[in-house]
Amino acid sequence: MTLILYFALFIVVSIGLGWGFRALLTAVTSGEVKRAFRDMPISASFGLLVILIYVLVAFLAPVLAPFPEREVVGARYMPWGAPHYLGTDSLGRDMLSRMIYGARNTVGIAFATTALAFIVGSILGLWAATVGGWMDQGLSRFVDALMAIPALIFSLLLLTIFGTSVLTLIIIIAMVDATRVFRLARSVAQGVVVMDYIEAARLRGETMWRLITREILPNAMAPLVAEFGLRFCFVFLAISALSFLGLGIKPPTADWGSMVRESATLITFGDVTPLLPAGAIALLTVAVNFVVDWQLHRASGLKE
Amino acid sequence: MGHVWKMVGQRLALGVLTLFIVSVVIFGATELLPGDLARELLGQSATPETLAALRAQLGLDQPAPVRYWNWLSAFLQGDFGVSMANRRPISDLISARLGNTIFLALYAAALAVPISLTLGILAALWRNSIFDRAANVGALSAISFPEFFVAYILVLWLAQTGLFPSMVRINPTTEFGDKLYMAFLPALTLTLVVTAHMMRMTRAAIINLLASPYIEMARLKGLSPMRIILRHAVPNALAPIINVVALNLAYLITGVVVVEVVFVYPGLGQLMVDAVSNRDIAVVQAVALIFAAAYVLLNLLADVLSTLSNPRLLHRR
Repeated sequence: MTLILYFALFIVVSIGLGWGFRALLTAVTSGEVKRAFRDMPISASFGLLVILIYVLVAFLAPVLAPFPEREVVGARYMPWGAPHYLGTDSLGRDMLSRMIYGARNTVGIAFATTALAFIVGSILGLWAATVGGWMDQGLSRFVDALMAIPALIFSLLLLTIFGTSVLTLIIIIAMVDATRVFRLARSVAQGVVVMDYIEAARLRGETMWRLITREILPNAMAPLVAEFGLRFCFVFLAISALSFLGLGIKPPTADWGSMVRESATLITFGDVTPLLPAGAIALLTVAVNFVVDWQLHRASGLKE
Repeated sequence: MGHVWKMVGQRLALGVLTLFIVSVVIFGATELLPGDLARELLGQSATPETLAALRAQLGLDQPAPVRYWNWLSAFLQGDFGVSMANRRPISDLISARLGNTIFLALYAAALAVPISLTLGILAALWRNSIFDRAANVGALSAISFPEFFVAYILVLWLAQTGLFPSMVRINPTTEFGDKLYMAFLPALTLTLVVTAHMMRMTRAAIINLLASPYIEMARLKGLSPMRIILRHAVPNALAPIINVVALNLAYLITGVVVVEVVFVYPGLGQLMVDAVSNRDIAVVQAVALIFAAAYVLLNLLADVLSTLSNPRLLHRR
């Protein structure tokens, strides 16, 4: 019962925060931007606020955290209370500090992975659409075959083969995700390459690289940016799931997925500590989804 | 009717081809290693003798196509090889767990499909109301929650009070009723995760149709909104709905991995995670092939069913 009460309180507070943040944004901006912010739903404004807070925490982690990331500073499983406001973990490390450093590690690694997936996927996708012919067909059918295997299962298979370290994790998740980006980039670019100005650019003798980056990419950018948000969520969840399974980012690096795993036993005693890192993951993905939803709604011009 | 069966046949042939390619990818992934599997598993300090012994044991002294052929033909006859970690036949490890995983996935599907269709239809009926907006925000949140977050909230809420067990201890002799009771929390977790997506798609598919002239006509005839949706819109929205249901069932296949670990459920996902941390490649390949085959088959089923649910394709001249 109290859980439902807390949940309701949380929703009321987040609606209030979203409303307040929107009011703040509309107050400090002007013109076109102001209009966009004014029509923004409260969910999107709440999402923007949450993302901003996460980014700040990630950058200011060493300033904000009261204790070092990896140091044992107290007894094991200490309850909540000063100076360890969220208690300590299974080795006696400060939970609050690890949560704060987790923002930097988990979000940073997920962001790097998504960026890598996007660079590889979109360059290959744009290239395949520009070149066309059997190279395009071969690459696309190959990607189709890879996509027939569920992403998590394929990542697990590759992790078995290449071993589990952070670097292989980033590369494997990025490669599995690049197949999805490739599909989108190729289908978007296929609509662009048939246009007359591309024909003109080809006749002018522009190189392939210039053609892709200067002519096609600017016109294919909008859907790719929206996709970046969604892909980030998927990558972030995939990395967290793997860390939770003990196959991703490993201790002593503070990471939310593996922190849930380490403290999971506490939940059977009614302690909510394991829910904090899990909730941190959930809150960020919800926030990004809210913002992407708003952007997609704006881009599609759907008002029903 | 003939051309429909021809279409279905083409889809089936394509599915078999996809399965073949998937098996090649799953088997061939080990070939991506710079050295070979034996060196990777034993590390740099291995002596040439142990390397040669492991290679012979894994069959690495034979060319890859031969190994692939042997692996696939044994697999199709139900012989999955032996585990590299404990030398037990993989079919023994898998057989009991496969049934458990299928049970869990079907259980979750039986809960999720009726709930999400009802919610989706209601959201379409009362579109832009408070209910619709709450359902939309709730669904968007549920899609973005990690499975373990949902699972632990349910544990804290339902298992703490002693209503349901937080660990699933089932064995082949467990009664069906007990199984349903013990597997309730993992099934509910999976249900919550997939319901959101199915609900949103059902709502979108129905609302898409509401702008068409024949719905306008039905509305002008004075039919009740509920009847318009149930009798006029839903039959036409069946194809996308079937598609999204099957896609989500396919998603359940991978969703079970995390949920099984949370609830210590003796299923295939648990087995696979253990095998990955032991780097037991033989087990991982076998389980991955089973999961991938189920995924491909469910997608194929979605394709065939949504073709068959379209009267325009069935009665084309």
